[in-house]
Amino acid sequence: MQSFLAWIEERIPMMRVANMHAIQYPAPRNMNFWYVFGFLATIVLVNQIVTGIWLTMNFEPSAERAFASVEFIMREIDYGWVIRYMHSTGASAFFVVVYLHMFRGMIYGSYQKPRELLWVFGMFIYLALMAEAFMGYVLPWGQMSYWGAQVIVSLFGAIPVIGPDLVIWIQGDYVISGATLNRFFALHVIALPLVIVILVFLHIVALHEVGSNNPDGVAIKHKKGSLPESEKTPYEIHEYYTSKYDIADDVVPFFPHIVLKDLVAFCIFLFAFCYIMFFAPEMGGKFLEHPNFEIANPLKTPEHIFPVWYFTPFYAILKAVPDKLFGVIAMFGAIAALFALPWIDRGRVKSWRYRSGLHKWNLIIFAIVFIFLGYLGGTPQENWKIVASQIATVMYFAFFVAMFLYSKNETTKPVPARIPK
Amino acid sequence: MRKLFCLLALLLPGTVFAAGGNVHLDKAEYDLTDKASLQRGAQIFMNYCLGCHSMKYQRYQRTFADLGIPDDLGEEYLQFTGEKVTDYITGSMPEESAATWFGAAPPDLTLVARVRGADWLYTYLRSFYVDESRPFGVNNKVFPDVGMPHVLQPLQGTPRETYERVMVDGEMTERYVGIRTDGDGKLSPEEYDQAVLDLVNFLEYTGEPARLESEKIGKWVLVFIIVLFIFVYLLKKDYWREVH
Amino acid sequence: MSNVSVDANRSAPNDNQPQDNTRRRFLTVATSVVGGVGVVGAAVPFIASWNPSAKAKAAGADVEVDISGVQPGQLIRVMWRSKPVWIVRRTPETLEALAKHEDKLKDPNSEAEQQPGFAQNRYRSLKEEYLILVGICTHLGCSPQHLKDGAFEEIVEGVPDGFFCPCHGSKFDMAGRVFENVPAPLNLVVPPYQFVDDNTVIIGSEGEAA
Repeated sequence: MQSFLAWIEERIPMMRVANMHAIQYPAPRNMNFWYVFGFLATIVLVNQIVTGIWLTMNFEPSAERAFASVEFIMREIDYGWVIRYMHSTGASAFFVVVYLHMFRGMIYGSYQKPRELLWVFGMFIYLALMAEAFMGYVLPWGQMSYWGAQVIVSLFGAIPVIGPDLVIWIQGDYVISGATLNRFFALHVIALPLVIVILVFLHIVALHEVGSNNPDGVAIKHKKGSLPESEKTPYEIHEYYTSKYDIADDVVPFFPHIVLKDLVAFCIFLFAFCYIMFFAPEMGGKFLEHPNFEIANPLKTPEHIFPVWYFTPFYAILKAVPDKLFGVIAMFGAIAALFALPWIDRGRVKSWRYRSGLHKWNLIIFAIVFIFLGYLGGTPQENWKIVASQIATVMYFAFFVAMFLYSKNETTKPVPARIPK
Repeated sequence: MRKLFCLLALLLPGTVFAAGGNVHLDKAEYDLTDKASLQRGAQIFMNYCLGCHSMKYQRYQRTFADLGIPDDLGEEYLQFTGEKVTDYITGSMPEESAATWFGAAPPDLTLVARVRGADWLYTYLRSFYVDESRPFGVNNKVFPDVGMPHVLQPLQGTPRETYERVMVDGEMTERYVGIRTDGDGKLSPEEYDQAVLDLVNFLEYTGEPARLESEKIGKWVLVFIIVLFIFVYLLKKDYWREVH
Repeated sequence: MSNVSVDANRSAPNDNQPQDNTRRRFLTVATSVVGGVGVVGAAVPFIASWNPSAKAKAAGADVEVDISGVQPGQLIRVMWRSKPVWIVRRTPETLEALAKHEDKLKDPNSEAEQQPGFAQNRYRSLKEEYLILVGICTHLGCSPQHLKDGAFEEIVEGVPDGFFCPCHGSKFDMAGRVFENVPAPLNLVVPPYQFVDDNTVIIGSEGEAA
């Protein structure tokens, strides 16, 4: 057996890669619960891929059969409902963990030098995920699928000159139709998952190149020869890391320490996930919207159209601007601003633990504004909400402007050289 | 870890946002485990609803099995459209002609409970009232200008809006107090409410036939996850003891 | 290439070694077992979903066939579980001929379980007159042709009728018994069936009294 493994290892470095990236990878020992969401996102990605493959076995991507085939899966296939609810709950769970993962990056400055590209790759994943989720939501061909697609695709009509033709090109018809459904299906089951998997791979490669950040924002890799033997980690860390740096006594190996910690979080996550999946898969109309249980009807718009909850903050920004083109620009700008975060924040200190009170409050208010925008975008329009969403939109962008201004000469606390005991 | 859980709970949007509309909806206390109620509901559906509406995503046989009705009894008492027991429950009315008669094809009712909610259905079916200005002679409090006749009228009796005269600030005014029937229906008001509840129960079942099974399996899954959590947690503790 | 071992990283500092290694070992095993059970449980829906759907099973229910119109020598085809089922009304001559070529057959006495108990006889049927077979070759699943009135003589000398599979040349007699030296290993399958009365047969289930 040993010689067989060695035979393989000489030809393809499986154990070396596993050791380097999954076993003997040095992880800061002070990573707290905020650091589990990357792992959870990976788990959810696997869930989406596996359940997605299984759904494809019975889903029929045509305007005539899509809705009926989903109900066929729900009623006629053994445990088809389990697989479908795993997929639909997984979609929302994906965004829950990704939003928390992103906020973690913001509060601990994980986007700062040298992790700019890591953040940018993450943002690309987020963007691809939004496209993936949007197209997936069209597939059951319910009322919200249809009219949601109608609204989102119409946004491209706001682009000057080419807009109207672009909309028809995307639809493949003069309205949202079976042609649209079919191309969204192809993108949803093949193209975008491929893009996401590749981006996730790059995200992890980039992470392991620069190393994990931590809640104190303290470096664990030190210049070769700068640490006395007594301050180096006693754990076996892969030579890929130890040959270039001195690894401080601030780390644990990824396996088993971090894996076990992630598994504890996984159990808690799984409990919540399964509770929703088995007992409240509609989540009160937030994960599966009520009008989507009615087959798409191009002649009848539902009373209220909302995107699914994870899009509602951006939808609120879109609605807050009383001009179609500028609304679209504001919405995309809201996402673009996140991309630029590593360059908007000019601070040198990473973690909010050592940064100014202004910075902390800026982050907290940003989170509240984001959730509030989500609420505004996901509930029926009322008069007070128009003004509220305009104020919230301004506050959303004010977060970035304020950060750009104060971060240059911010009063920060001294950052310890080593992770505090 | 508790913090994490609270946070997750906070971020997951709650069930607080009810569907729109400002009409007060009565609570439908339906019970999916009540097979007798489901069977009565199925009977009302097949007799009064299936004439115009279909239930085309659900098959007779599955329905009979879940409701505890033997196939032969079901075929005899609940199947009127000449289909086989293995067929889908399609209505007897062709969709095109239905669209001409009613202006729009009567919607399929398989999933109506998931679209509208049990409370809405329960209230809606008890909110018809006589309105001679409407094509079918009735209107509805929950669904104004409804495009369907009051098919349950033989059961309920003729429903009329009822007003009572009250003194407000020294002036006699009429106040709407609800819908009363002429008493010409087969059922008393209480019996009618129960019949509607049975029907809503049945529609709730057809909306998601796997509901009860889901909850049964779900309980064991949650118990299992707790067991797994205990072991993983202890193992994690064991490894991390030496770190701090 | 220095390190191929998974266990090497477990070497925590000596003074920090856990006191109680049995506890750790027990927990590792227990967690793995419980986790393994979880993985198996999670696989159940995915495996079960490959079963025929409830709809397909319903379509695979018993089929009732009216055979009053079948002429002697005629073959009719019906669908049962989406498979072709042949019903042949054999003539007395055909029945008589069955005994004559048994030396050329692989399994003349139907010893392989390719039929319900009631059909383990020369005629492979409940009533001699009616042959009921699943019309799928036991080789690779093609549907054989019915050659009759001497047309089968070209295939097997001295046997006037039979079934010939065009895909790979397997040959069967008028009881669905396979001849020697053909690719098909087994006799054709006789489905479970029962006669409700002289004119009606139900394919898919055996009667209790059969």
